[in-house]
Amino acid sequence: MITDVLEKIHSRFPGVRVELVNNPGPSAQHSLLVDAKDARAVAGFLRDELHFDFASNVSGVDWPPRKIKEAVVRKETVDGVEKEVKETVEHDVPGCLEAVYHLYSVARKCGPITLRMRTGDRDKNVTLPSLTPVWKSADFQEREVFDLFGIRFEGHPDLRRLLMWEEYADHPMRKDFVAPDDFEYEPTPHDEILKRVKARAATTGEGA
Amino acid sequence: MSALDSVGSDEARTLDISLGPQHPSTHGVFRMNVTLEGETVVKLKPVFGYLHRNHEKIAEKNSWLAAMPYTDRLDYICPITNNWAYAFAVEKLAGIEVAERAEYLRVIVGELTRLQNHAAFLGFVLGDMGAWGSALMYAFREREKILDLFESLTGARMMCNYMRFGGCRCDLPPGWIEAALKVVDYFPAFLDEMEALLTGNEILLARLQGVAPLGAARAINGGMSGPVLRASGVDYDIRKVDGYGIYNRFKFRVPRGEVGDCYDRFMLRVIEARESVGILKQAIAGLPGGPIVNPKAKQRGFRPPAGEAYGRIESPKGELGFYLISDGSDRPYRFRIRPPSLINLTLLEELCIGTKIADVMIILGTVDIVLGEVDR
Amino acid sequence: MNIPGSGIFKGLVVTARNFVGSYFEKDRLTTEQYPEERPTLPENARSFPFLVYDGTDPETGMRCVSCKICEKECPPQCIFIVQDRDAAGKAIKRPKVFNIDIAVCMSCQICVEVCPFESIRMDNAYELSAYDRFSSLLLDKSKLLKSNTYYRSIHPTEAAETDGRIEADRLKKEAAAAAKAAAAQKAAAEKAAKAVEAAPELQKPEASA
Repeated sequence: MITDVLEKIHSRFPGVRVELVNNPGPSAQHSLLVDAKDARAVAGFLRDELHFDFASNVSGVDWPPRKIKEAVVRKETVDGVEKEVKETVEHDVPGCLEAVYHLYSVARKCGPITLRMRTGDRDKNVTLPSLTPVWKSADFQEREVFDLFGIRFEGHPDLRRLLMWEEYADHPMRKDFVAPDDFEYEPTPHDEILKRVKARAATTGEGA
Repeated sequence: MSALDSVGSDEARTLDISLGPQHPSTHGVFRMNVTLEGETVVKLKPVFGYLHRNHEKIAEKNSWLAAMPYTDRLDYICPITNNWAYAFAVEKLAGIEVAERAEYLRVIVGELTRLQNHAAFLGFVLGDMGAWGSALMYAFREREKILDLFESLTGARMMCNYMRFGGCRCDLPPGWIEAALKVVDYFPAFLDEMEALLTGNEILLARLQGVAPLGAARAINGGMSGPVLRASGVDYDIRKVDGYGIYNRFKFRVPRGEVGDCYDRFMLRVIEARESVGILKQAIAGLPGGPIVNPKAKQRGFRPPAGEAYGRIESPKGELGFYLISDGSDRPYRFRIRPPSLINLTLLEELCIGTKIADVMIILGTVDIVLGEVDR
Repeated sequence: MNIPGSGIFKGLVVTARNFVGSYFEKDRLTTEQYPEERPTLPENARSFPFLVYDGTDPETGMRCVSCKICEKECPPQCIFIVQDRDAAGKAIKRPKVFNIDIAVCMSCQICVEVCPFESIRMDNAYELSAYDRFSSLLLDKSKLLKSNTYYRSIHPTEAAETDGRIEADRLKKEAAAAAKAAAAQKAAAEKAAKAVEAAPELQKPEASA
């Protein structure tokens, strides 16, 4: 089914950059990697023409940069004799953040179709287009992806943190998140007064 | 500028209040920043995160089996269907087949969970409407019978930890099926009693009918699922659409509402409970013998092949899905829970604008949320 | 004709029926007067883990061999085990320290499921509240060890199954050991018979002496 959808997208938008991402493993739920520039148009097409009207799930995935080792066979001439040399080459795969959308069709009772969008990298280019104008159900879920991963969704009506408080500065679901030493502590306006009390007790001693 | 200067301006006309997080009717620690003009709601911004326990990160740290008891604590009113959703997603990820007897057991305990959730829902919504604890206690009387069944089967009344990859954890003790059949046979009488208590009740009708109607197209676009979606007139029940497990062997009807107001969402669950009773009778009658777990499936030291899967079931609250990514190791790479309660709240502001402050509680009650699932 | 208020009246009739009925029918009176009436727990009910020992002495009869599988599989990581060492410093199959923090334990029963030596099981005691969290709710080995007789009294079916499995294992080991001994004996007898056959002259001077 996903290959049909891919064909239809390519026939409707000839220059668009959408490719099939193979899913190894028994579930065979392959996904479509959509470029950020074309995402809105493709999403609108999926909703209106192909009737994928139900955006069931929006999740974020963190892919930190990693090294892949590949076994490569080269042909080398040593002392006039051609030999096959096997060596392992290391590739650097840059990291990115990803937003994955699972779409179902309530009208035609089929699905799921998986859409993926990847950011440029994990710190500077973390903007993706928001699909909330297309499917309202992505509203809170995109806010959560922003909160926990740090992807900024352009065009979202109200992009604030969802689960963490507004002044929080980190993105907890990233793979390089360092948990705080003391989970219970949270800065409050009363902290200033407590600091002053402690300082005074320290300088003047007990019974002051 | 004295207070009198602002009379007549927007500032003086509207009142900002915070409903929650400590509130008896918000079904948990849930906060809504409501802006009122008189008694009418003008703006409503929900605030989440008071029960956030970062379940998704904890699951990345522990093994696949260790994530099972944590799923109990998601939607803590229906622990067994949470377990089922997770086991179903893992079985999809790794291609594990479920033992036949286990499928029937899953349907039996799953539908019992649906019955006790809808009973609790009835009680809680009536409590939100001001009927205090009396109607709640009628509902809890039935719910206790079902929880006693769970305790004799799994060992715990609520946090059952019952499903395993490829089957169930333990088999039925002697006499359980007869006890379950007794509870199931009495349940329609309980529903009749609740309906006699409620259906003609003028106060109930005045408070529920016509409040916050939701159209079908808006509901689908807003991601509603479960009873809320069906109350808006959409014929979409994942048990029928996906046909997961062995649901296509059972005959049951899917009720649909007409208007999508609070009354439809309320009565739909009563009718759904009756249909569940039908499914239960069929499942209990057809229960085969055999092993309760697929002997080829490993629980401890389980390493699914690399890949990803999205598996969803029809939990009593809506569509509960798990999106799992495995990198071949013994712990999940990404463990995403698709929470029906959170996504059913997407349209909360739209539904509440224009209604009275007292209706906000009713609307929230009929959407039927559980904070464990909203915040995870 | 629909009299206004008839719906409410019908509801009140249901309430009255429940109220008056609770004086006559036992199953309308569902409240258990705890703590005067204690609930009868079903057999499978579980609260927190405990360690089983056979016989009368906890330290020698303990089944735990400190394999640490339960510690590894515990989801909230509430088990802490230190393996014991003998006088020479070699590790022996007992735990020196076995702590379970029941303030953290979520009673999920996974430790019971994964234990290969039938040594950790679920208790059903539920009145465990204490005033001090860290000293009273961190159970050490002495508080966790309870006898097999106690286990049989709280979970008879499970204990019977466990005892049956342990007995079957023991019989299998004995049968294997007996078979091995018999085979060794047979091999030694054959070897001796072969030796006699190979050197019959050597026997004669021995016999006359």
